[in-house]
Amino acid sequence: MFDVLIIGSGIIGTTIARELSKYNANILVLEKENDVSCGTTKANSGIVHAGFDAVPGTLKAKFNVLGAKMFPELAKELEFPYKKNGAFVLSFTKEGLSNLEKLLERGKTNGVENLSIITGDEVRSIEPNVSTEVEYALYAKDSGIVSPYEMCIAFAENAVTNGVKFEFLKKVTNIIKNNDYLTVECEDGSKYDSKVVINCAGVYSDEINNYVSKEKYKITARKGEYCLLDKEFSYITKTTLFQLPTKMGKGILVAPSTHSNILVGPTALDIQDKDDTDTSYFGLKEAWDKALLTVPTLPKGGIITQFSGLRPHLDTDDYVIEFSKDVKGLYNCIGIESPGLASSPAIAIYVANEIKDYLNLSKKDNFISHRYAIKAIRNMNDAELIAAINENKDYGHVVCRCEVVSEAEIREAIRRNPGAKDLDGVKRRVRAGMGRCQMGFCTPKIMQILHEELNIPLEEITKKGDGSNLLEGRIKE
Amino acid sequence: MEKYNLVIVGGGPAGLAAAISAYDKGERNMIILEREPKLGGILNQCIHNGFGLHTFNEELTGPEYAQRYIDEVKKRNIKYLLNTTVINVSDKKEIKALSEDGLLNIEAKAIILSCGCRERPRGGINIAGARCAGIYSAGTAQKLVNIEGYMPGKEVVILGSGDIGLIMARRMIFEGAKVKAVVELMPYSSGLNRNIVQCLNDFNIPLMFSHTVVDIKGKKRVESVVIAEVDERLNPKMETCQEIKCDTLLLSVGLLPENELARGASVDLSRITRGAIVDDQLMTSIPGIFECGNVLHVHDLVDYVSEEAKEAGEKAYEYIYSSKDESYEKTLIKTENGVRYTVPELIIKNDDYNPLTLKLRVGNVYKKVKLEVSCDGDVIYSRMRPVVAPGEMEKIDLKSEQVEKLRKATEIKVYLRSQE
Repeated sequence: MFDVLIIGSGIIGTTIARELSKYNANILVLEKENDVSCGTTKANSGIVHAGFDAVPGTLKAKFNVLGAKMFPELAKELEFPYKKNGAFVLSFTKEGLSNLEKLLERGKTNGVENLSIITGDEVRSIEPNVSTEVEYALYAKDSGIVSPYEMCIAFAENAVTNGVKFEFLKKVTNIIKNNDYLTVECEDGSKYDSKVVINCAGVYSDEINNYVSKEKYKITARKGEYCLLDKEFSYITKTTLFQLPTKMGKGILVAPSTHSNILVGPTALDIQDKDDTDTSYFGLKEAWDKALLTVPTLPKGGIITQFSGLRPHLDTDDYVIEFSKDVKGLYNCIGIESPGLASSPAIAIYVANEIKDYLNLSKKDNFISHRYAIKAIRNMNDAELIAAINENKDYGHVVCRCEVVSEAEIREAIRRNPGAKDLDGVKRRVRAGMGRCQMGFCTPKIMQILHEELNIPLEEITKKGDGSNLLEGRIKE
Repeated sequence: MEKYNLVIVGGGPAGLAAAISAYDKGERNMIILEREPKLGGILNQCIHNGFGLHTFNEELTGPEYAQRYIDEVKKRNIKYLLNTTVINVSDKKEIKALSEDGLLNIEAKAIILSCGCRERPRGGINIAGARCAGIYSAGTAQKLVNIEGYMPGKEVVILGSGDIGLIMARRMIFEGAKVKAVVELMPYSSGLNRNIVQCLNDFNIPLMFSHTVVDIKGKKRVESVVIAEVDERLNPKMETCQEIKCDTLLLSVGLLPENELARGASVDLSRITRGAIVDDQLMTSIPGIFECGNVLHVHDLVDYVSEEAKEAGEKAYEYIYSSKDESYEKTLIKTENGVRYTVPELIIKNDDYNPLTLKLRVGNVYKKVKLEVSCDGDVIYSRMRPVVAPGEMEKIDLKSEQVEKLRKATEIKVYLRSQE
């Protein structure tokens, strides 16, 4: 019997897991994929929104503003990439000024600090590549960027350090009510009993709830497509560039990533298939064409990859974060879409508090709050490089030339818990393959390391889990 | 800080030839830094033949061609380090390299960058669709098959008719795979004609010009690709979509010089070749930093890489031992009417009238044209070409008297003149 069973290991599941690991409790996280951060968390804009966009009084507004303020501290404690880079909301017309003023007011009501309205010329004095068509902008100095999957991995690792158990490839297919506990059934036949079940299943959080509760929810998967530019073009902007939402829909952003790539997107299209993260010809074209309004000189030749992610959207346009009204022990986190990433640390504290009271949990006195990131050679100075290679010669072997990632980092990414099990898992942890050649050179090398570390045949190495095998078999002898 | 007169970054065909020629000129204080566990660069995975026809008058495989140069390097006892990755080059000609032995900081009098090129990835041409397994650049597939001994798939579509794509079409057939089509965006191939004949025609593999991949389908692994014809502006005509079942998509959609080290050293780069802008000494905008081979501009024959690298080795030697400090004025070669670029791009205004070769590529297929060079309006070189194509590098060999005019000119143009 577990005290707490968390379904889903995206940013909501892992932040809650880590927060609850501060208490004496037996905690299990079930994940349907083979790694954490495989859904909405891995494919989004990575923006820590300041909180001026959400409607005052909503949970989105409350948790966004609270959560965003926690990032600087958390990024230090758990060593994940975060930067307060500021954001502009750009208006391309003089008439847009009144809408910017409304956003400013909304921000103030929500408790956002350091907001101001500046002219187009002032915008361009900070970001010279912004279009001359821009008349005014709302400047949110406290807006930030984060590497969402690295953040999620950091929380997961720290949760494991503090006793949380993760089980992967566990797709939940049913939840059964018992007197004072719930039984969670998985596709592979396994069953888990837990006093509390926290539903953090992202685009599938409606289905998880609907298995057992009479109060039904309906999540719409809203796809967003992105293009990513090489670091060479990091000069384009250091500040996040939003467009003022117009009748044409929510604008496309041009933003730096924490690793100095430039991100362009997302589009917004409601889709039926919740596993469909394909990009489309028209979606990518729309993202690009709209981004050109913001930065007319965006170099198309600078694109190194494209991706898409799904937002778990509820028609009520707000989060559901509460105990189920009819199922004792079921706690729902449903509809956590943007600004979900920024909200996540605050949601975690709120949820953990509710669970603590419900289960009457006591605080641990041996909670380990710090998590160390994998040492990256690209961030080391000469002395650190010498020391690192001295200690472990694998630091001297550069496997990914584009992002300058050593063999030692890749091996550690696989050995950690939860560790990388495939190419994409390695990529998210240490960036090998994230660069301009997109794994053109390092694919065979990383496969070899996975083969050695996981002790499985090369034919069984995958890109992203079962079925995504990279090799067909040996060549003719 | 270690000190060398000459540091050669990259021990592929360019670096090897440059080292040999610098040695033969008299340089003894030099080192080759190679990131892979052996010398030879990408040639090691090019096990097909056809290399060396110009240099050795015989057909060699890639590894055989490389071995001839490796043997020469070893015969001369030229120092080299393997498994050593240069991570930074500064404009002061300081080099930072990593190996399992530690960090290497080197100060050089001259540096030859000969670090080759990379393949343009899927993202570089914005192909939409699933992001599943089974999508490889042709060179990655070549490495998996030829070096690792594994097949990346058994039903293959190839996008792009670059030489590696063409070579891989045949290679996959040899290993028992089906190659369903080679799809090319342009109305012509960017590969060598001989490769189209020997690798596609001989195996009845359809080559579809003016087509591109508009969608990739498959959840975990490629299941099919959707291709469509493109219009004159290269936009796909969606009504022409057709789906081809396959488990693998290989991309051969262009090579890009790997100039991140040059960029770090503040070397001026060409927006067209994406290599350094060099003068007729193959020297970049940073005095003492030279480039040759595919890092400078993508070549179609390794023989030409070796030839260019030999020159770079000699020029670097001359630079190291020249006492003169003066900097000459340089004239930028203007390219017009179908000529995309020339290498070199800058001509030094001095009195060295030794013969000189200009290399260039054209932007389209042109028939019956004259390739011309003019200096201040006077045509100093004109040669009839029945056909020129983007896939084949053109060379202009200039004699001493032509070079003299070139060096004295204030305006130099290289262009195609139509004969129709």
